[in-house]
Amino acid sequence: MKDITYAAPKTIAEATGLLNDKGDRARILAGGTDIIVQVREGRRDIDALVDVKHIAEVNELTCDAKGLVIGAAVPCCVIYENKAIAKAYPGLMDAVTLIGGIQIQSRASLGGNLCNASPAADSIPVLIALEGTCEIAGPKGNRSVPVEQFCTAPGKTVLGRGEFLVRFRFPPPKPHSGAAYLRFIPRNEMDIAVVGAGVAVQLDGSKCKSARIALAAVAPTPLLVADAGAALVGTTLDDAAIAKAAAIAQAAAKPISDMRGDADYRRHLVGVLVKRSLAIAIDRAKP
Amino acid sequence: MTKKLHIACKINGQPAEFLAEPRNSLLEALRDEVKLTGAKEGCNNGNCGACNVILDGRLVNSCLVMAAEVEGKSITTIEGVATKDGLHPLQQCFLEGAALQCGICTPGFIVAAKALLEKNPHPTEHDARHFLAGNLCRCTGYDKIIRAVLEAAGK
Repeated sequence: MKDITYAAPKTIAEATGLLNDKGDRARILAGGTDIIVQVREGRRDIDALVDVKHIAEVNELTCDAKGLVIGAAVPCCVIYENKAIAKAYPGLMDAVTLIGGIQIQSRASLGGNLCNASPAADSIPVLIALEGTCEIAGPKGNRSVPVEQFCTAPGKTVLGRGEFLVRFRFPPPKPHSGAAYLRFIPRNEMDIAVVGAGVAVQLDGSKCKSARIALAAVAPTPLLVADAGAALVGTTLDDAAIAKAAAIAQAAAKPISDMRGDADYRRHLVGVLVKRSLAIAIDRAKP
Repeated sequence: MTKKLHIACKINGQPAEFLAEPRNSLLEALRDEVKLTGAKEGCNNGNCGACNVILDGRLVNSCLVMAAEVEGKSITTIEGVATKDGLHPLQQCFLEGAALQCGICTPGFIVAAKALLEKNPHPTEHDARHFLAGNLCRCTGYDKIIRAVLEAAGK
């Protein structure tokens, strides 16, 4: 690896100061599962790693009546070993239990997965479906951004000079709601999504009260397809309604062709995964 | 070159100190500074598991941990798996079951399997295969490896 410096600030103010000084010559180190490889392989040219794991706020993890707060550096394994989160947010569990293998889950964080801004990131669709917001600290103060607005291009985010992601906030689960994440990969574990779909639905009796559908690996950024969710509202979530939502999601997908699959194949997978993930979410939403 | 960092941690139950450059991975520090060469560099990008160590109770790829991060932490490497009384049951079962060919993946598999058995002392075959999905063997020895792990679980 090229010569770099390592800093481990203990407060948010110290971190934003360091990041502001170094600008894009510094990157955050949380779990390191992406950034260490990128720097080693020369895919990111930086001078400094700023390890944020000594800052209390990025390690926060609370799940109560007010909702869920997940510090940006909390590793996947700590999230899925938390019984309160597993019970209240099974859709989130779908994602955090399938990112990488056990070794990656020991270190990789949701904050890192989002800030790496891969179009194929496994956690982002369900973070969007669950209406997550990102709390960002910066030299000029804090701001909040909905997860679906955070990534701006492959590897690029809304973070400005000196800013970093501190934590996520999620509202408490709505009554009779459920969420799910599914991805397609050609093997059982340890692969990058050809397509991913994260969905959430809320029921009101036999009808759908609200729904959100988000996709991965079919556009330059993870994609919230608001129209697909809206098409389900007021329906009984019958096969025709679900087929219509899936078709809207397919039309919104703008996939590329690469070694993992061509664009037509990905568009087909969007339909399959939206239908299947909705079936799981609806089942979880039922009383 | 950036100034070297002085790192104090615990390795295989013993206090340890070493110097590392800020750019060094834990794997590089273990092999080149601490001279514990059991953890292997396979892919050096987090896919193969040959460099696996247990860091504060969690199985990690030491190629994806910076040496500077382990200040104050506790590390178990393959060198810490056997005891003065002899080989760990996993090591014995790997030997008796010929669960290795070239041996490069073996330290990683044994450290990972140790982490599995500490969490789940009686894994099913599916549990073991799932847990060890982050460890690659290019001599195609998975069946013997899984059999050795399941046999060790009974001991």
